[in-house]
Amino acid sequence: MTPLTDIGLLAERYDLVVVGAGPAGLSAAARAAELGLSVLLVDENPAPGGQIYRAITTTPVKDRAILGEDYWRGADIVGRFERAKASYAAGCTVWALGSDEAQPELFELGLSLGGKARMIAASQVILATGAQERPFPIPGWTLPGVMTAGAAQIALKGSGIVPAGRTVIAGCGPLLYLLASQLAAAGAEIVAVLDTTPKRNWSKALAAFPEFLRSPYLAKGLKLMAQTRRKLRFVSGVTGLAAKGEGALASATVERGGASETIACDTLLLHQGVIPGINLSSAAGCEHLFDSEQHCWVPRLDSWFASSVPGIAIAGDGAGIGGAESAALRGEVAAFDAARRLGRLTRDERDRQAAPIRAGLERTLRGRRFLDLLYKPALQFLAPKDETIVCRCEEVTAGQIRDTARRLGVTGPNQMKAFLRCGMGPCQGRLCGPTVVELISEVRGTSPAETGYYRLRPPVKPVTLAELAALPQTDGSVKAVVR
Amino acid sequence: MNPSGNRNEGDVVVIGGGVVGGAIALGLARSGARVTVLDEGDTAFRASRGNFALVWVQSKGFGMPEYALWSRRSADDWHGLAAILRDEAGLDVAHSQPGGFMLCLSEEELDKRVEMMRRLHNSQPLTDFPYEVLDHAETKRRLPAIGKDVVGSLYSPLDGHVNSLKLFRALREACVRRGVDYRPEHPVESIVPREGGFAVSGPWGEVRAGRVVLCAGLGNARLAPMVGLDAPVKPSKGQIIVTEKTEPFLHNPMVTVRQTDEGGVMIGDSQEDRGFDTVVGQPILSTMAERAVKMFPRLAGLNVVRTWSALRVMSPDGFPIYDQSETHPGAFVVTCHSGVTLAANHALTLAPAILAGELPEAVATFTARRFHVPAHA
Amino acid sequence: MFRPMRDVASAAALNFTFDGRALQGRVGDTVAAALLANGITTCRETPVSGAPRAPYCLMGICFDCLVVIDGVGNRQGCLVPLTDGMAIETQHGRRHVEEVEA
Repeated sequence: MTPLTDIGLLAERYDLVVVGAGPAGLSAAARAAELGLSVLLVDENPAPGGQIYRAITTTPVKDRAILGEDYWRGADIVGRFERAKASYAAGCTVWALGSDEAQPELFELGLSLGGKARMIAASQVILATGAQERPFPIPGWTLPGVMTAGAAQIALKGSGIVPAGRTVIAGCGPLLYLLASQLAAAGAEIVAVLDTTPKRNWSKALAAFPEFLRSPYLAKGLKLMAQTRRKLRFVSGVTGLAAKGEGALASATVERGGASETIACDTLLLHQGVIPGINLSSAAGCEHLFDSEQHCWVPRLDSWFASSVPGIAIAGDGAGIGGAESAALRGEVAAFDAARRLGRLTRDERDRQAAPIRAGLERTLRGRRFLDLLYKPALQFLAPKDETIVCRCEEVTAGQIRDTARRLGVTGPNQMKAFLRCGMGPCQGRLCGPTVVELISEVRGTSPAETGYYRLRPPVKPVTLAELAALPQTDGSVKAVVR
Repeated sequence: MNPSGNRNEGDVVVIGGGVVGGAIALGLARSGARVTVLDEGDTAFRASRGNFALVWVQSKGFGMPEYALWSRRSADDWHGLAAILRDEAGLDVAHSQPGGFMLCLSEEELDKRVEMMRRLHNSQPLTDFPYEVLDHAETKRRLPAIGKDVVGSLYSPLDGHVNSLKLFRALREACVRRGVDYRPEHPVESIVPREGGFAVSGPWGEVRAGRVVLCAGLGNARLAPMVGLDAPVKPSKGQIIVTEKTEPFLHNPMVTVRQTDEGGVMIGDSQEDRGFDTVVGQPILSTMAERAVKMFPRLAGLNVVRTWSALRVMSPDGFPIYDQSETHPGAFVVTCHSGVTLAANHALTLAPAILAGELPEAVATFTARRFHVPAHA
Repeated sequence: MFRPMRDVASAAALNFTFDGRALQGRVGDTVAAALLANGITTCRETPVSGAPRAPYCLMGICFDCLVVIDGVGNRQGCLVPLTDGMAIETQHGRRHVEEVEA
């Protein structure tokens, strides 16, 4: 692996550009390089690993038991990439991806590194930009002291720090237990774990239970749950949650079984599952569908993770949530197909070489459906109470969105954005999009699939005017502007 | 959506719920009409969501002086429209008329603009259209933030701007409060003259009304012939950049740079004939960014938060089309690419005239018949 | 607010300031993590209402960890590695841009 620290060092063109250095991106880049492709791996973070293997090469956490063996497995994935003949640009953002107007068989990527932008070309692109935590809008979630559970995990892995003072963890999903146990092991004072999993989910999930029995998650999950429940105060059946405080978090108000309880706390960590991050793939023109079981937008992909835009594949959790192990395997599968598209492998060779990996992938995904169904968030946490801020950037509330949908006949998020500015801030709808869609759907009695999603465009990451201004122009662009 | 049935829905059906349709519908409702607005949905082409939000007079009307007069009239009446929207929608649309600049980055650009203005003012009675040609020093005195590459500018005190998204919302809000029946997801497939009125239908059903007004932007090209009208409009693609919010530094609008009341800086704009393609392209963004930074060097470090492209609704000569059908009186078409500038005229002048059944003399020139007159030698 | 775990690998200290206060972080910290580790609870005030905010996602998507770093506003603290001598400041509302002499 060759690290590139200056944008000028990047080549004009690569066979394959992989975006994101989590398990999917690292594995895709490594496999593609092993197959002889010229590969650039681009990642906005300072070090490889993505979020799941965050800081795997640099973490100050010494006691391996705290982060668990699943975390340390990331070292092998990074190690393989480091041995591969690929280029790696850390701290580099991809703010645009589209076809190259002059050479339509190529893609053009807008990159920014160290305050300088550049356009480079790629024959194939694999997006391994992963997932984000599903927005968990509750009253008070913008208060300092409230953060995502994933953020606490990132702080722990990256800097060896834990929340000081009384900590409450709330939400649902398998990662909730993992985080609770990691933080407890790291010495955090966890005063309560609030489980918002709707009880009625069990009946739907049971149909998928037999398959879950053969899942690799089962043993791990049960052990984690048992540990968490034994050691920590565990409150199930939570139906309402609010963060309270003046200028900073002071307490969490919990509703459960018709009763309300206030828990004084210094940190509230929220988590209700993860969803694919779709900003870059959407801006690149890839088609997305609403997956009703995972309850999120996912790109439309074939069995090789090829998107609707020929030449762009999407691997890892960005392809639909599958977890870290499947992410790495998906990355490899996508890399085999990229090699086939470039003519480096025949279809038969691709199929033969990828077969064992595909079999492994199937195993890692076994039982996933049970988790999706069981941990589907309750409606009141997807479409929150009126006073709740939904768009954190522009400070738009659920009440404003409902009222505008109801009275002004707004049927989709793009018109809502025009009227209320939700989704217009720097996060570009990442923290409000799913909720805005949910609220409009609720008012109109439609499904999120019918309501649609924000139309996303570049730049999907910050780029300055000066950076844009320094990029190549064409006769056509000058003619179109100077009139 | 339930089918809407065959009831007679009111006096007027307005097709299109953007800024043009909203202004017409509000004006009709204010004149006492019962109005139904049929609109498309969330993903419709909407210049109303993608425009540059100028209320602009300077340099307009080359080849058609009536357009300059019409724009001027709307700019004057915009103060009244803003007051109406404040009263009726409870929204401040951030309208102001501080005077606008056209900044030029080369002597060639400046000469071209000056010549254009000279010809515009020579050929017509535009004494009421004050403008000034300013050199770098004078431009700098009035706009201290400009860069050294600005060689000069044209300034007109008539120009202003508005928050066009707030305008869009305020029009809808005022319409709804006035009882306008706004129906989204109601694309129109056919308009059939029937029993002295019109039956307008789509997959959702049918509505009937005595009058129908086509405010469907690019959709007017398809709809107009159904009622004996002609609206040969085509898309013209424009791209725009907007930056993160920054402290207020630019009070006046420029043709291609303006700061919104929220703090973001909008940078425009391009013009391309690309059909219905609305993809944003880097070279154009770069050209616009480079020019904006030359005009205002302090913009250099600002992050871009959004870009977009939208489709202007362009007639063959670029001017509006206002007509009443000769074969089917009661059917009107209202289409233009300056729906923001002309919003005051549409709401306050055109709508009452449509309800009265006759378009005003001031817009007689804007008939689409002008496209069918044999060209002079 | 965060605090260091008891048992962590040693790392070189980095000096930085936050709103003029002298603080220390560790090699490997991002700006946002270093602020959290020093007990900083608020890193910005929103441009809309002036409400206080703190880092929320730490993975580059929420833009709530925006701070001024060495005079450049609205930088994502969670994506910028801390370096020695950095001057970090609260982002007060809208981005401030210096007058540029041109």
